[in-house]
Amino acid sequence: MLEHLTKYYSGSETPAVDNVSLEVESGSLTALLGPSACGKSTILKMIAGLLTPTSGDIRFSDISVLKQPPQSRDAVMVFQDHLLFPYMSVGENVGFGLKMRGRPKAETTRAVGKILELVQLNGLDHRKPSQLSGGQQQRVALARALILRPRILLLDEPFSNLDESLRLEMQTLLKSLHEEMKTTMLFVTHDQEEAIALADKIALLLSGQLRQYDIPQNLYNRPKDRDVAKFFGAQNFIPGRIVSGKFCCPFGQIALPENAPADGKFLTIRPEHIVIGSEATSENSFPATVISKKFLGSQTRLKLSVAEQEISALLSPNTAEPLQSGMDVIVHFPRQSLWILP
Amino acid sequence: MKMAVQENNKRGSRNRGLSGLAWLSLALLISWLILPLIPLALWSVSRSWFFPDILPSSYSLRAWNYVFSTTSEVLPALGQTALIALGATCISVVIGIPAGRALGLYQFRGKAIIEILILAPMIVPGIAVALGLHVVFLKLGLAGSAIGVMIVHLIPTLPYMALVMSGVFSNYDPDAEAQARSLGAGPFQTFYYVTLPAILPGLLIGSLFTFLVSWSQYILTLLIGGGRVVTLPLLLFNFASAGRNDITGAISMIYILPGVLLLLVAARHLTGRNSNLEGMHRI
Repeated sequence: MLEHLTKYYSGSETPAVDNVSLEVESGSLTALLGPSACGKSTILKMIAGLLTPTSGDIRFSDISVLKQPPQSRDAVMVFQDHLLFPYMSVGENVGFGLKMRGRPKAETTRAVGKILELVQLNGLDHRKPSQLSGGQQQRVALARALILRPRILLLDEPFSNLDESLRLEMQTLLKSLHEEMKTTMLFVTHDQEEAIALADKIALLLSGQLRQYDIPQNLYNRPKDRDVAKFFGAQNFIPGRIVSGKFCCPFGQIALPENAPADGKFLTIRPEHIVIGSEATSENSFPATVISKKFLGSQTRLKLSVAEQEISALLSPNTAEPLQSGMDVIVHFPRQSLWILP
Repeated sequence: MKMAVQENNKRGSRNRGLSGLAWLSLALLISWLILPLIPLALWSVSRSWFFPDILPSSYSLRAWNYVFSTTSEVLPALGQTALIALGATCISVVIGIPAGRALGLYQFRGKAIIEILILAPMIVPGIAVALGLHVVFLKLGLAGSAIGVMIVHLIPTLPYMALVMSGVFSNYDPDAEAQARSLGAGPFQTFYYVTLPAILPGLLIGSLFTFLVSWSQYILTLLIGGGRVVTLPLLLFNFASAGRNDITGAISMIYILPGVLLLLVAARHLTGRNSNLEGMHRI
């Protein structure tokens, strides 16, 4: 649980972390999502005790931990770089935390064997970190933290140095480890797909401020404002205003979903939710002209002009096949895909 | 890891045969370092050796007997020299690690000036500083004492240590310490298990330099010690100027011993870990 956490770095006028309050549920896997240099790593380091906040409080189960040094916080951090100790074997690395806590050797050895099995590295205890592959090194780093069964595991972009397929593999592993061990995890990433794939809840940070803290679906479909929507790839923002439950804009009147905010200045629809037809079939259909078409592989991007407004749509290549730029078409905005932004 | 592989490759090719240039430099090295020692070694076991002869005309162990006899000052001077060099090295280590860390890892206001100030003793002749210090040391009662000599030896040794350590720390990732702290290690455990192993090769090299620099001090010892603190170089100089070539030779043999020993030990321990010594290029 973070309360009004603020951090200024010395010599900087603007705060790296600006009044962030966040409650992480015990046993959950939460993602701190944001572009680089938005203060997410700073938050993690403050929770770990490696940085001191300028103001605000950090509490674990309602007890402030601000006065506790990092080694007694029980909040273990895994860095982007695996940071394995190079002169220790894999086993010694994984057992490091238990050794520091003065646990007996036999117990440590047993625990190391067990956790290495869990991260699928059994039998590698005597290797040196330099003899492992990148994915294996990061798994050792995970095991080294998990063996301590920390109150909270802090992961600072742990997989961003790995290549695509390995990253997916590690994400699956992390998810299964989380289900198995029920450790509370706070996960920093700049990759929205990774956040959506892994997290129970996502906290979106933009330039040091917490903008939205919600389940992945809501960040995607029910963003709080335009910055959040843009971060998740929304491109269509149609200005207008709400009059008696309908959105009035240059196209005309648009019917809204029942749960949409009652007030707002912009209508948004995700590019992939736009439907293209040739005749007006139902509500929320408007005549449009195709401006341009671009093949992107699994999808095709269309730029449309609707009443002088430029709209971006993503279609499957098959649907887009017959469309040519300059053609007149009908766009349909499915009511449930619409959302209102302030 | 990549570094280590490259190192191995390099060594592998060296083993396959030395190039002409390598042979030449080896020959030069031997003629510079080893050849001058041969006459000294011969002197130490000669009874009489006159000018045109290539070898002494008669041999004896007279000089060696004198060196190891209880009446000579050689053995006490050996102890004194070792003690001062060890002390100066220890103090240099204690000051050099944090100083090198600050210079190698952190950016701060006035860093450039501090770097120059640390280098200053290597630029300004130590004797000038020592003359000034002598007055202060007289007042403090440190002149003529081994402690005073040890302190004045820091003038040439500290810059070495601080520079070597700043080179070591400039290749050091302090996140490793953060990781250790986060895993539950206290500050001392972190230093012992994480920092120390990482800086050890550089630290050993720095200590080696420091020890040898202190070991070979003559002027500073003479000035501050005022003749009351007798170290091997002082003794050596006395016998050399008195024309006792046989005893000079014998003391020389003892005098070069730690240098050779330390070099061999260091060479054994540091080969193959050269990647850790990259920072040395900053010197």
